[in-house]
Amino acid sequence: MKYLDEFRDGAIARALADEIRQIVTKPWVVMEVCGGQTHSILRNGVDQLLPEGVELVHGPGCPVCVTPLEVIDRALAIAQKPGVIFCSFGDMLRVPGSSTDLFRVKAEGADVRIVYSPLDALTLARRDRDRQVVFFGIGFETTAPANAMAVKLASDEGLDNFSMLVSHVLVPPAIEAICRSKGNRVQGFLAAGHVCTVMGTRQYPAIAERYGVPIVVTGFEPIDLLEGIRRALVQLERGEARVENAYARVVSEEGNPAARAVLDEVFEVTDQSWRGIGRIPQSGWRLAPSYRGFDAAERFDVGAIRTVESPECRSGEVLQGLITPPECAAFGTVCTPRTPLGATMVSSEGACAAYFLNGRRKRGTNGVAAHA
Amino acid sequence: MPEPSGIDGWTCPVPLRETPTIVMGHGGGGRLSSELIEHLFLPAFRNPALEARGDAAVMEVPSGRLAFSTDAHVVRPLFFPGGSIGELAVYGTVNDLAMAGARPMHLSASFILEEGFPMGHLSAIVGRMAEAAKRAKVAIVTGDTKVVERGHGDGCYITTSGIGEVPEGRLVGPDRARAGDAVLVSGTIGDHGVAILSVREGLEFESEIVSDLAPLSDLVERLFSASVAVRAMRDPTRGGLAATLVEIAARSGVGMVLDEEAVPVRSEVRGACELLGLDPMMVANEGKLVAIVPEDQAETALAALRSLPIGREAVRIGSVVAEHPGTVVMKTSIGGRRVVSLPMGEQLPRIC
Repeated sequence: MKYLDEFRDGAIARALADEIRQIVTKPWVVMEVCGGQTHSILRNGVDQLLPEGVELVHGPGCPVCVTPLEVIDRALAIAQKPGVIFCSFGDMLRVPGSSTDLFRVKAEGADVRIVYSPLDALTLARRDRDRQVVFFGIGFETTAPANAMAVKLASDEGLDNFSMLVSHVLVPPAIEAICRSKGNRVQGFLAAGHVCTVMGTRQYPAIAERYGVPIVVTGFEPIDLLEGIRRALVQLERGEARVENAYARVVSEEGNPAARAVLDEVFEVTDQSWRGIGRIPQSGWRLAPSYRGFDAAERFDVGAIRTVESPECRSGEVLQGLITPPECAAFGTVCTPRTPLGATMVSSEGACAAYFLNGRRKRGTNGVAAHA
Repeated sequence: MPEPSGIDGWTCPVPLRETPTIVMGHGGGGRLSSELIEHLFLPAFRNPALEARGDAAVMEVPSGRLAFSTDAHVVRPLFFPGGSIGELAVYGTVNDLAMAGARPMHLSASFILEEGFPMGHLSAIVGRMAEAAKRAKVAIVTGDTKVVERGHGDGCYITTSGIGEVPEGRLVGPDRARAGDAVLVSGTIGDHGVAILSVREGLEFESEIVSDLAPLSDLVERLFSASVAVRAMRDPTRGGLAATLVEIAARSGVGMVLDEEAVPVRSEVRGACELLGLDPMMVANEGKLVAIVPEDQAETALAALRSLPIGREAVRIGSVVAEHPGTVVMKTSIGGRRVVSLPMGEQLPRIC
């Protein structure tokens, strides 16, 4: 497949791995920020090609995982209101709230629908004017432009039966929070390529300089990841801390101006809670005042939300790169994709799910021995 | 894909024209039921056992072993690129029988229809079932029709059951794989699941992805007539190739090692899966078989499979090993290894 197979080529991968082995003289900890990168690393065995001592840790870049429990409980309450069609991307449906999940409320009679785009939800709202259509607008800078566009279109068309439950998060403040956190081990970052496609690379030089960390914008295929890791390690070994773009076929410095324009119009930056991590200043988007009328949280009164988080789940530490999933006592025992305690075991981008599904049940094993 | 409509072309369509949609009476056992049988099912499925119209079909049976299987079909939409619920209902059961090494012989078909379902759609589905039965060389010898009130069904559900003859000497089962065996698949994976998804969710891809729906019994016969001592066979339907292989490994108490680069996936299916965050290994197929055969017969088996058009792309994808029993390991294209897991229910499209 053009633009895909060449980034999975075994010979190129081996050459890159050889080069990495020659570069490395001491142990390093590099974080891949995005959950999609975590899954690609484990699915392809990228980590198995790295020399001993180079540790990849997982970042907070799974939008499902970091959506606050309070927001999920609110979503569940709205979805159960009569006359509501609740629309969500697929991997949000299995995420546990305090007492149930969207799949279960669907089975109990709520009209919950999986959509592939917020514009699908808009189409439902146009078709069924007697019902309230709510879209669960979560995600990073990648999904935000389409969600913003859906709200803008709803506003332009005067669709009063469409609203959005918004819980958007931003990557750069999260990277800064990790750099500042007590016990941080991360020495370099692989920035999420898709986020940079929208936002460009402009936000990162200041962070690289302020915290002395290399930041390499990296794609999602095995060769992309190996190249991103190689560049980060070269900088670390040389004592450098710059931003490099290893995903130039997709990412520019400017990003996508049209997407950014609609984001600027519809959203405003706000403080945001991250599940398992806590509140990070200026790390989220909410609807701007002129679009606040489309805020589902304001449109639907669901009373006070009381959240109950699993005391055993250590997903917050996983999301900050403080532990790997197998280091959590619940991993693979009481917490599995069938009985998840936290979102990291559910989401298609969750680090715990990535470890579990690819058979990495113990730290440092290649999957086979661990599983058997 | 537009759904077929109209009931022209059938032998005696006139009485059915008076009720262009299914009404409760079509399941009531009276005149309307009788007309449905007389003017739709009988002309389509015509065979002596069915035409005898007894409470049960009476058939000659061979001596030896019989295989018996049943399968319910609730697919949405009813018509999709490459097929419909009609072919699915026939091939689903035919293929389950074939995977036991049986030669499928007779099927039953039970319809649960929703009040208001267009007669033209039913007629088209039944027509496709008749064609499918002909292609799979089976007879639909008995059946049933029930009608549920509007809103209590999804148009049309079909359950088929079937029996087949297992010729002497065929010992096939998911518990018979042995270390050293070869793992074969008869062609590209994931076509059916992606075809269904593309129409169900209104997703448009650059080229139309068509279901691989097909009867597998001829492929099975080719294997046995080439004297391949097949150990285990499965059609990787729901749960895909991953679920099938994990199940065989677990049942047989063996491990498997697969070569990712050898697993055949059409580029358009791979592209669709990439876009949606799905794993082709876990996507459903309806016209593919997995065969575990002794190592020294792998080439013979591949030649036999490739001798038919639906097996033309048959390949070896891995080996059965004694290590890590119950676990299927994939060697990745870049030289890593990962465990192939069972999917957890339905695969859900990702957020970004």
